[in-house]
Amino acid sequence: MAEVLVLVDFANGTVKKSTLELLTAARVLGVPSAVVLGAPGMAGQLIETLTAYGASKIYIVENSDFDGYLVAPRAEALAQIAGQAMPAAILVTSSAENKEIAARTAYKLGSGFLADAVEIDEDGDVKQSVFGGTVSVTSKVTKGVPVISLRANAVSAQAMPAEGEQIPVIVEVSESAKSARVLDRVQEAKGSRPALQDASVVVAGGRGVGSAENFSIVETLADSIGAAVGASRAATDAGWVPHQMQVGQTGVTVSPQLYIALGISGAIQHRAGMQTAKTIVAVNKDPEAPIFELADFGVVGDLFSVAAQLADEVNKRKG
Amino acid sequence: MNIVVLMKQVPDTWAERKLDGADNTLDRAASDAVINEIDEYAIEEGLLLKEAHGGEVTVLTMGPDRAAESIRKALSMGVDRGVHVVDDALHGSCVITTAKVLAKALGTLDYDLVIAGSEATDSRLAVLPALLAEALGVAQLTGARKVTVDGPTVTIERTTETGFDKVEGSSPAVISVVEKINEPRYPSFKGIMAAKSKPVTTLSVSDLSMSADEVGLAAATTAVKSFEVAPPRTAGTIVTDQGAGGSAIAEFLIARKLI
Repeated sequence: MAEVLVLVDFANGTVKKSTLELLTAARVLGVPSAVVLGAPGMAGQLIETLTAYGASKIYIVENSDFDGYLVAPRAEALAQIAGQAMPAAILVTSSAENKEIAARTAYKLGSGFLADAVEIDEDGDVKQSVFGGTVSVTSKVTKGVPVISLRANAVSAQAMPAEGEQIPVIVEVSESAKSARVLDRVQEAKGSRPALQDASVVVAGGRGVGSAENFSIVETLADSIGAAVGASRAATDAGWVPHQMQVGQTGVTVSPQLYIALGISGAIQHRAGMQTAKTIVAVNKDPEAPIFELADFGVVGDLFSVAAQLADEVNKRKG
Repeated sequence: MNIVVLMKQVPDTWAERKLDGADNTLDRAASDAVINEIDEYAIEEGLLLKEAHGGEVTVLTMGPDRAAESIRKALSMGVDRGVHVVDDALHGSCVITTAKVLAKALGTLDYDLVIAGSEATDSRLAVLPALLAEALGVAQLTGARKVTVDGPTVTIERTTETGFDKVEGSSPAVISVVEKINEPRYPSFKGIMAAKSKPVTTLSVSDLSMSADEVGLAAATTAVKSFEVAPPRTAGTIVTDQGAGGSAIAEFLIARKLI
């Protein structure tokens, strides 16, 4: 069976959960091979996890240009490996940066790119949810090696021990790929919460939260469940929380197992970013709020008392 | 400094959006068409940079005849001139082809910076600016919440999942902006009147030295095989809080094994 290249996402020396999902999804198309593009010395700590989740081969390119310059060097490296491996497909997770790397790789390979798949079958047919979750399309890359980004939580990661043969690859990054130099990486998000895009559970607050200080109720509930924190555009536009936390048409699209909306009315633009969540819970004081049309469980009431009580119940259960 | 702002006309997100069953492409006639929301921020950033550094702002779009209305709106906001790539052969172009066509169109223009919105509300791919940088072989400065220009040096704050990256490149460069970057202006009455006499150039595929079989559905690298309208989510249980609303949610989540 042909190889399927999986671009590995990692942070703080750990393979991200969404990459383990990719290694699982890749098995329907062929034999998964992981591709690690990182700074010198980065790859070693990732090998064990990648091997446990089905990576038959692990291509390792260690080069300081990957962190030093935006996107282009990684697209060059991925295209070079694909040129040698002749894979059945290339899979990446659906982060903004990975989609850019994937699209530029497809351009170099003369193939096509499909974004935000929610399902991939053995023929390479891809299901996507478009127009804010109102239409489901089946698409296919019709030229060359398919390059596909898969949404987090589309499949659940299954361990499957594999050979994990390490293949070091040398890539000479071209001068033209070094045109966007990264001067600094600044962390603004606080602490240890899961990343919004990858999270299995998201707790989001909207206009009903009322202020930046009041947002602590959203955070308290999120921390009790181990959830990521999101927000509607009303909340980010008001400056209560950073723009990165915005879920919706012009923000992040999430498909978690559970989405809890606090004080979010559910305008169509917000629904576009969360409609494919498996289970939706909403709390809003307005019984007419459109969010209740989507909710599997809704409570009409004061979000502060309801969320506080829910956080207590969750904490009690944890003992 | 000459700036080209990329603009896409899209179906209004407030309306119901459809695909056309004949060839599985976007049904552009089915809904009202507007400037892609984030592109208005790109236009505003172009105008702000012109006001600070001088030069000219051109809006470039690829789209059907109807996109001329959106060009006119951009002109009324203060953009100096428009370029409209319009040709029936372009119908159904994939994003990679679109990047190639726009790169060719940019080849006919004199530019220091290309500014785009970070993503369109219809396709939501968010990769066209990166592909354009690839096609042009210039710096990719995408996802900017802040742009600073100092002579030929362009620095952006690129939004990331956890904060921002400070990224520097030299013009010519392709920038994409997120909506946090500014607050787009409304066209003034004077602007609307002035827009009527501003020049708009149209370019066909052959004007770009491309042939019809290099673009459109024929050359697309991806295809939509089929589509179906997703069944609407059905509302579940809605209760009114009478002091135990939080506990009721907890019971629901426990029953579903979510906590």
